[in-house]
Amino acid sequence: MANGTVELTPAGRDSHAGHDPAATKVFGFWVYLMSDVILFATLFATYAVLSRNYAGGPSGKQLFDLRTVLLETAFLLTSSFTFGLAVLARNASRRDFLFISLGFTFALGIGFLGLEISEFARFVAAGDGPDRSAFISAFFALVGTHGLHVTVGLLWMVVLAWRIATGGLSAANRTRLALLGLFWHFLDVVWICVFSFVFLLGV
Amino acid sequence: MIEKKPSLPMWLSGLGAVTFLSGCKGVALLDPAGQVGMHERTLILIATLLMLIVVAPTIFLVLFFIWKYRASNTKSRYDPEWAYSRRIEATMWAVPFLIVAVLGTIAWFTTHQLDPFRPLESQSKPVTIQVVSLDWKWLFIYPDQDVASVNQVAFPSGVPVRFVITSASVMSSFFIPRLGSQIYSMAGMQTEVNLIADRPGSYDGFSSQFNGPGFAKMDFKALAVPDEEQFEAWLAAARASPKTLDSMAYKDLAAPSNSPVEYYSKVEPGLFHSIIASFMKGATGVDQGMNSMTAEGSDNVR
Amino acid sequence: MFGKLTLDALPLDSPIQMAGGAFMGVLVLAFIVYLVRTRKWSYLWKEWLTSLDHKKIGIMYMVLASLMLVRGFIDAIMMRSQQAMAYGPNQGILSPEHFDQIFSVHGTIMILFMAMPFIIGLMNIVLPLQIGSRDVAFPFMNSVSLWLTWAGALLVNLSLVIGEFAQTGWSAYPPLSELRFSPESGVDYYIWALEIAGAATLMSGINFLVTILRMRAPGMTLRKMPIFTWTSLCTNMLIIGAFPVLTVTLGLLALDRYLGMHFFTNDGGGNMMMYANLFWDWGHPEVYIVILPAFGIFSEVVPTFSGKALFGYTSMVVATFAITFLSFTVWLHHFFTMGSGGDVNAVFGISTMLIAVPTGVKIFNWLFTMFRGRVRFTTPMLWTIGFMLVFTMGGMAGVLLAMPGADFVLHNSLFLIAHFHTMLIGGTVFGVFAGVAYWFPKAFGFQLDEKLGKRAFWSWLIGFFIAFAPLYVLGFLGMTRRLVHYDNPAYRPWLIVAAVGVAIILFGILNQIAQLVVSIVNREKNRDNSGDPWNGRTLEWSIPSPPPPYNFAIVPEVHGIDAFWEDKRSGSPKRPVEYVDISLPRNSVIGILIGAFSLGFGFGMVWHIWWLAIPCLIGIVAAFVARASNEDHEYEISAAEVERIELDRRARVG
Repeated sequence: MANGTVELTPAGRDSHAGHDPAATKVFGFWVYLMSDVILFATLFATYAVLSRNYAGGPSGKQLFDLRTVLLETAFLLTSSFTFGLAVLARNASRRDFLFISLGFTFALGIGFLGLEISEFARFVAAGDGPDRSAFISAFFALVGTHGLHVTVGLLWMVVLAWRIATGGLSAANRTRLALLGLFWHFLDVVWICVFSFVFLLGV
Repeated sequence: MIEKKPSLPMWLSGLGAVTFLSGCKGVALLDPAGQVGMHERTLILIATLLMLIVVAPTIFLVLFFIWKYRASNTKSRYDPEWAYSRRIEATMWAVPFLIVAVLGTIAWFTTHQLDPFRPLESQSKPVTIQVVSLDWKWLFIYPDQDVASVNQVAFPSGVPVRFVITSASVMSSFFIPRLGSQIYSMAGMQTEVNLIADRPGSYDGFSSQFNGPGFAKMDFKALAVPDEEQFEAWLAAARASPKTLDSMAYKDLAAPSNSPVEYYSKVEPGLFHSIIASFMKGATGVDQGMNSMTAEGSDNVR
Repeated sequence: MFGKLTLDALPLDSPIQMAGGAFMGVLVLAFIVYLVRTRKWSYLWKEWLTSLDHKKIGIMYMVLASLMLVRGFIDAIMMRSQQAMAYGPNQGILSPEHFDQIFSVHGTIMILFMAMPFIIGLMNIVLPLQIGSRDVAFPFMNSVSLWLTWAGALLVNLSLVIGEFAQTGWSAYPPLSELRFSPESGVDYYIWALEIAGAATLMSGINFLVTILRMRAPGMTLRKMPIFTWTSLCTNMLIIGAFPVLTVTLGLLALDRYLGMHFFTNDGGGNMMMYANLFWDWGHPEVYIVILPAFGIFSEVVPTFSGKALFGYTSMVVATFAITFLSFTVWLHHFFTMGSGGDVNAVFGISTMLIAVPTGVKIFNWLFTMFRGRVRFTTPMLWTIGFMLVFTMGGMAGVLLAMPGADFVLHNSLFLIAHFHTMLIGGTVFGVFAGVAYWFPKAFGFQLDEKLGKRAFWSWLIGFFIAFAPLYVLGFLGMTRRLVHYDNPAYRPWLIVAAVGVAIILFGILNQIAQLVVSIVNREKNRDNSGDPWNGRTLEWSIPSPPPPYNFAIVPEVHGIDAFWEDKRSGSPKRPVEYVDISLPRNSVIGILIGAFSLGFGFGMVWHIWWLAIPCLIGIVAAFVARASNEDHEYEISAAEVERIELDRRARVG
């Protein structure tokens, strides 16, 4: 430092003090996903403890229809693939392909939810709703929370698509797409755990 | 199960403690009337003494340092950059760790010895008493003697008592401080605590787990009578009661309210187990697993 | 029409509750009248309520926490009074139903709406300044956290006058907290207030973690961070790990109560033991969440007022991480008496005792910081010394309780109550008071009155001893907690002494209120023009008091621990070569809007007023979408303006 003065560093010249807001957002979102891991872990633990408390009601073997579960899984995993296509479209700045891929993702997500809701309705109609036993309560809480996350993801998808349609593929929108992608793939991973631990083991 | 008899150092400290504390009569935890409580008191004293090895010098040093190194004392040495010493650091990790290691070892053994589910060593055959916590009173059922009582339990002194416990409503905690350990009562489950009164007397009991508006008045008396004869006399008095504990009477009893002391001369057979089973509606053999509360990891026969 | 809400919900039959409600109402009214008369409504809205400035958000957290401290303390006065009186034929002044709500709301408020906002408030104000940053990572989310916390606190306080609070204790164990045994609105108020505030805290945890890991000034590697920053890092890791568990736990209880599910019910296969495990899986890390920042505060105060570097920087950090890790391994010690068996109880007893080791290391590090230092007995230092003495003794009680065999006779007794109050008051509250005394000049630009501060300290210290030492004795006498009435004559004298202690603490609080008023009145006399009133060591003291909106006109470059101390030692203040434009977040109404919607949502859920709850929930979502629709979130302070502000401040220093 010459003459008791301070030279500005490159970071010092930047109006954001050298912090890249986009990278910060992505990192922050990862941290949020870690907290969601804890959330789901708690639901899994609860399910594990209560998974044999049938209270005289049906067990997983009697309730679960594995064909539907397989279809749900196919929908969800495929939707992750189509989301990947959307990201490729984004990278190539092709909004048309982006909207098509997002459209497929959305449809598959709706399909997943639709199947799940119909399964829930089937249980309730048969008198085996979540108030029947602790096992079914835990099942609904775990699978239902995942479904709620999927719903939020779909809503986010709609809003983001609208933003991109009106505002274009700005830097902020590109970042948002990345975050939504993280979220969507995360839900896929959770579903794989649900699929294995709840449905496959339960039957 | 390895029976670890209290070692000589424990006996000595226990003896010293008793001498020192004989002035503390009336302080329930320091003047226990039974072997379980005595063991727990010894444990408390030993743990406290061990911790004082670290705590007392620490408190002294805090006071000493703030006095010696107060800013107005310009005679004391001032070393503003001195911020590390390997020896001090090693000591501050090692000494507390050693104390904790000793305490941890004591904890391992005493926790197993004091496991409420563990039967007590005794010449006499234990008395089994079933306990049900209701809102807001304690029901005691004597399955072998076919009597029951509310808010009063009697047993001979010098004889181990095996309390098997459940709840007909919310969680409570069965506790007689002068005799020792407490344990929760939970619906649909059975817990157990083994206690003994070495001296005859009337001991206060209550719930130490909050359970609703009637909580403060949900106390009972544990009567440790001097011998078998007096116990038989108590049983006879209970048998003389005009009330019997059939399902109607039980339903009345279970209604939320406090209660005076009551006696029942006959008890509906299997009442205790049917109370537990009533919370497992529709239960089949399949889901006994979590809901039958037993001690895990201990070696008792269930 | 209004769900379960009827006029019966008003506590017309309870004069004490009516008086409490009236008192709160008068305070709110007086504040509104003041705003209208001084025409400061617009100022309040623009400068504070819609501000995204972390320093202002922090101060608003502190205001909430201070109000809640008084509210929770009034509950304490009522409990001590009741217990001093209610012996034998005397039933005291409180019915069991009322008393049961008071101890439940006291615990809930003190932990979640006093301790948490205090530490989050302090982290908000200080953290960015300590790491040389201009803001936290996500200023908008910061605002949302603040207003959600206020919403939760308001919900709890509403329960005083509309309906009732939970009568279950602050831990709300089922089956007592299930619909069957608690059919009224109380447990629902508890659930929704905590779900809302819990979400807020989780967001703060993420925010601060990213701030610390991403926004430090150049040259400040992790190993050059101040200890308060380190403890904040660990605190926020704990928050992220623990709060999702609370969200799930109370969510499951809500599912039981609202949709008849069977997670924790007596029948249907529910397992109440699961609740205890889940609740304390959050609950134990929670107590470390409130104590670690206090430890961080002490690690700043002791070196500053000993004129000496902190002893054992590295072992402080290692100890903090040890505590953080271990805090997830001890939760079962909250229910040794639930019957888990020898092996399980012993393992958790041992893991609990292990935490004493790193905690002890911290005490010794502070001790040896004072050794060969020059100790100045300012108010922050007094609180710290008080902490060291009190906390050590309370910790001893804790290790005792960690022995399952001892816990079997001490669990749920007043010995337990004395222990955890010693840790929470002697640790967290004293720590917060030290932090407030220490950083107040930085935040506001003038000093707090030292004389009143010291008088408050001595009143608190003496009052604390007199209030809680008898409780240790009562535990040994066999007295259990949460008793509205008792018949054992041996308890009475001790409970009367404890009530006297509370009166002395009250005197302390009155002194603190007086201190605030007097300091504000005398603020010109006590102005801090240097920005460094204590001869501090860390970066927050290198900027003016109060800091300009951007904190640092030039981004500092850090070369070692105690960065500012090094700067001071190496010579005269340096002048920047040039200034730059600085971007800062614009104000936003969305944060407080989301808070308002959450309050409506919570209230609607409590009373089953679906036409209120659902639209409010939609409103929250819409507010977030609205925020996302607008890209214009920042404004710039030009370099010329920055230079003007800086020269102006420098002139004041003289």
